[in-house]
Amino acid sequence: MAELVKWSWVENNLDDIQQASIEHLQLVGAAMGIAIAVSIPIAILVRRRRIPYIAVNTVSGALYTIPSLAMFAFLLSWFGIGFEPAVIALAVYCLQLIIRNTVVGLRGVSGPVQEAARGMGLTRRQRLLKVELPLALPAIFAGIRLAVVSTVGIATIAVYIGAGGLGVLIVNDGIQRGLFVTPILVGAVIATVMALVFDFLLVLLERALTPWQRARAGTA
Amino acid sequence: MAGEPTRAPVEGPARHRAGVLELRDVTKRYSRDGRAAVDHLSLTVPAGEVCVLIGPSGCGKTTALKMINRLIEPSEGEILIDGHSVRERNPSKLRREIGYVIQQVGLLPHLTVSANVATVPRLLGWEKERTRVRVRELLELVGLDPDEFSGRYPAQLSGGQQQRVGLARALAGDPPVMLMDEPFSAVDPITRERLQNDFLRLHRAVAKTVVFVTHDIDEAVKMGDRIALMREGHLVQYATPAELLAQPADDFVADFVGADRALKSLSLTRVEEITLIPAPLVHVGEPALDARARIDRGEMVPITDHVLVVTEDDRPLDWLPVGRLDDLEQIPPSAPGGAEPVIDQVTTLRDALSALFEANAAYGPVVDDQGRCVGLIGAPEISAGFRRAAGVSTVEVPPSTPATLDAGTGGGGG
Repeated sequence: MAELVKWSWVENNLDDIQQASIEHLQLVGAAMGIAIAVSIPIAILVRRRRIPYIAVNTVSGALYTIPSLAMFAFLLSWFGIGFEPAVIALAVYCLQLIIRNTVVGLRGVSGPVQEAARGMGLTRRQRLLKVELPLALPAIFAGIRLAVVSTVGIATIAVYIGAGGLGVLIVNDGIQRGLFVTPILVGAVIATVMALVFDFLLVLLERALTPWQRARAGTA
Repeated sequence: MAGEPTRAPVEGPARHRAGVLELRDVTKRYSRDGRAAVDHLSLTVPAGEVCVLIGPSGCGKTTALKMINRLIEPSEGEILIDGHSVRERNPSKLRREIGYVIQQVGLLPHLTVSANVATVPRLLGWEKERTRVRVRELLELVGLDPDEFSGRYPAQLSGGQQQRVGLARALAGDPPVMLMDEPFSAVDPITRERLQNDFLRLHRAVAKTVVFVTHDIDEAVKMGDRIALMREGHLVQYATPAELLAQPADDFVADFVGADRALKSLSLTRVEEITLIPAPLVHVGEPALDARARIDRGEMVPITDHVLVVTEDDRPLDWLPVGRLDDLEQIPPSAPGGAEPVIDQVTTLRDALSALFEANAAYGPVVDDQGRCVGLIGAPEISAGFRRAAGVSTVEVPPSTPATLDAGTGGGGG
């Protein structure tokens, strides 16, 4: 059996591999940033309104089910090729996960906690910022973690609309050159590691932001 | 100071202000033509007094309470604190000046105990140092060691401890009025009694004007300076607990108060108000001969042939038969618990009697707020004290009465 990974290719293409990885990080970072910035305010707006929540949930759910190649092709016809349409497509996929989880988290704040906060004289805004959002953090993080992992994967397809990223290795260097295995493996391994590292960093961040969660686990 | 509303910012735990609370024809209708949940309710709570709102479920007591801090807006009528209508205030600012304690406590789970207590001072914009000092004071006031509890999260506290933090939190901004919605209903009976006693003691230190909702008539009689009995949105009777028990306004009140009104009257008197038996105290480490000598000289009278072993600072530990004094060199240390029931002196005669029966003891040591034994109490003392308090001419308790309780078990400490 032939050598699975041609290390010589890896050595000769280190610059390209690095470039692809950085582009991939940029794609995922930008998409996540936009998705979070859009989803959380939407979730806040619809958290107590039944019909708007159902509407938002239905639309974001429908978007989530569009096959990614079709989504990229569709955005290509509007925005042309490049980084921006890819980021938009990736962000759209995240909406559902983050909005849903955020709403669940915000709605999860118990009645007595809400009543006590109101009774102590916290304004609506103070209750949102100082009570509801902090208490929703674990759920928000759960949504973001799911979204990041899937985005790192889907972003490999962005190469089809010329957005670069690890798809360059997998598609251009691998698939289109008669299934040359080495770049496909390199791209896949980097994507996997990237997803795991993102997930781990988010876990660390969540732990730092929600110290009360550990206190609870400690006494359970 | 209870009679005078004070607004001067005095530092220290003694500082407190209380306001006169007045409800004038307050009515709440949820629909235009529907029955009023609260119907023309008028009552005045003098500054520093505890007014208990009580009645069957659906009588409007909680609605009435929540209209005071505008969690519910009245349809008609006025609510005044120190003569100022609550309607003229911004609701959030108003609520920062009204302590609020609810049955489910509602501590903010993501904040530490000290941050929870500091909530209102922070909203009021107090300086950090002032808030920090205030939080420590309040935790001490509600019986929680600040060093131990400040950094804990609510999930790390028992139900009773959570409600103590809830109380401290409600008091933090030094509000002239406090609203308490069934604050002690969600804890077990022993914890409830302790919380009640500690609240009564605390209320002496910081005499707030309190509106206290409960469905438990015994709690109402114990906690209230006045009781407002409500039915279907109407005020049926507003009276002191003694009046309510002695002169129920109508059959409904009499029914609600229950047939055992005489027994309930036991809740009107506190243990500290009656004459106790001097406790025969022997201290751990004291030479047994000395104790014997004190008995022989008549300085100490054993009770059912027992003396009470206490710590150096008079905390009750266990009973010791007098006969053993002759076999011992000195009083041996023993674990606390053998002298149950240990009775808090602010508790009511009813709770004390109940504790005695429950422990099957003839006598129990009575302790002050530091846990020091200040005397003994038994059924005869409760009976005599009650008759005196109720204005009945003191009748000698027949000597057979103590025999109805098993002196041996109680005295021997099991």
